[in-house]
Amino acid sequence: MITVDALTKTYGGFTAVDDISFTARSGRVTGFLGPNGAGKSTTMRIMVGLTPATSGSASISGRAFADLPNPGLEVGVLLDASAQHAGRTGREILTIAQRTMGLPRRRVDEMLERVSLTPSEADRRVRNYSLGMRQRLGIAAALIGDPEVLILDEPANGLDPAGIRWMRDLLRDFARDGGTVLLSSHLLHEIEVIADDIVVIGNGRIVAHGTKSELLAASGALVRAADPAALARALEVAGATSTPYDGGALRTDAEPALVGRVALNAGVPLLELRAADGAGLEEMFLELTADTQREGAAA
Amino acid sequence: MTATLAVEQQRVRRTRTTTPKRIPTTRIVAVEMRKMFDTRSGFWLMAGIGILATLATGAVILFAPDSELTYETFATAIGFPMAVILPMVGILSVTSEWTQRTGLSTFTMVPHRGRVIGAKAIVALVVAVTSMLLAAGIGAIGNVVGTAITGTDLVWNVSVAELAGIILGNTLGMAVGFMLGVLIRNSPGAIVAYFVYSLLLPTITTLLAQSQDWFADRQAWLDFNYAQGPLFEGSVNGEQWAQLGVTAFFWLVLPLAFGLVAIRRSEVK
Repeated sequence: MITVDALTKTYGGFTAVDDISFTARSGRVTGFLGPNGAGKSTTMRIMVGLTPATSGSASISGRAFADLPNPGLEVGVLLDASAQHAGRTGREILTIAQRTMGLPRRRVDEMLERVSLTPSEADRRVRNYSLGMRQRLGIAAALIGDPEVLILDEPANGLDPAGIRWMRDLLRDFARDGGTVLLSSHLLHEIEVIADDIVVIGNGRIVAHGTKSELLAASGALVRAADPAALARALEVAGATSTPYDGGALRTDAEPALVGRVALNAGVPLLELRAADGAGLEEMFLELTADTQREGAAA
Repeated sequence: MTATLAVEQQRVRRTRTTTPKRIPTTRIVAVEMRKMFDTRSGFWLMAGIGILATLATGAVILFAPDSELTYETFATAIGFPMAVILPMVGILSVTSEWTQRTGLSTFTMVPHRGRVIGAKAIVALVVAVTSMLLAAGIGAIGNVVGTAITGTDLVWNVSVAELAGIILGNTLGMAVGFMLGVLIRNSPGAIVAYFVYSLLLPTITTLLAQSQDWFADRQAWLDFNYAQGPLFEGSVNGEQWAQLGVTAFFWLVLPLAFGLVAIRRSEVK
């Protein structure tokens, strides 16, 4: 279990992480979602003691990271797969981890096999690795101590679709076995397919937090009508708000059943009506990223 | 039913029965020693110590006049490449954690930066002394072989005390490199700083000593490079030891302490 309590990090006048609190529970995959520069990586670096917090604290299974006697046996960490000496071989990097943690030598080969790096790939220098291979090596280094907790920053970056599927299964199995997984991503879809719990962060603050089913719950409906304006008026009379959505459709906070009844009473023919699964989260996420993305200005 | 049982068993597997033990310092030292050799650049830097010592020995045999084929000539010739390469080893052992960004892994596996830097210091010290002994041995072989070729007398004109002084002097040179690595934490920056420290600074102090009497009188108490001179000249008296200690404190120990405090507080990215 990972507990983050009122964590704040400021750089001069800039607040990178602003009073963040959340818990990543064991047996679950917690997705840490936010646009680039939202404070995800800073938060993760603070968790593992690489960056000092300005205030607040983070603990792993109830203890500060620096108090873990042999952290690799309790927490697997992958913050940046490219942060390795380019002149070392993949096997050597795992051997350093194996030696530092005091593990039997066979763990190196076991881990290489677990992440599907062949012996000849393992003997190549990391300089010649693709980003996907570096991610696999990083996962191997994180898993080598058989930890109970995984902290992974953007682990799916650079993986091909098959690799992403492999990673998803691996992390799911890890959580099913009772482990705690915290992984970050700036891609909503990536988090959606893998996480049980989601923490959304924007500009250093938590903007949403809950289980995936809560956050993606059918909050309202998406409806397409021949006369959207008439339907919008009818919905307003019925006490529901609606906003135009993606090419003539409406997004409303009313449930599909209510929308159907309102449309029938108003005599507006419907072209499409469905529950707005995840649309709320997606909209919130787009809003968050709009400030930082140049495309937002044109849209 | 069996599936549920399997899941339950796996959950039990994750509950550790024993708490892990603290990583022993000997293991950190052993890993840091391994990291000195396990890259191509690191390996050749270390191999370079032996290669340069052999080349310097060969050059003495080829080019030195027969009358000067003494152990002192060999020791001097070998000392020069050592004085350059050992500080580089000291610098890179620290700075590569930042420049190559391996610190991200190193300092999460051992979340006590002081312990890691301490282990690196031990490794640097072992490498310095071993390299100097190796170089002294290669020089001795050169002396035996060289005089046998020319048929001149074998002259051992370097005492054990003198040799110890040279080893200490070169170890201090490496310590300076190590200190600059800790202070600057960037490979090119620390290497440039080392050459300023070891080449430019002595030039300035020499000029200063020539023009300013007050400085010339106190130079041995102020100038670390100058105070190291006696180590290479064979005999060090009590006052010179004191001068070495005082200057080393201000030019080596103090900046090293400052760098260590900064490293412990800094952010590893």
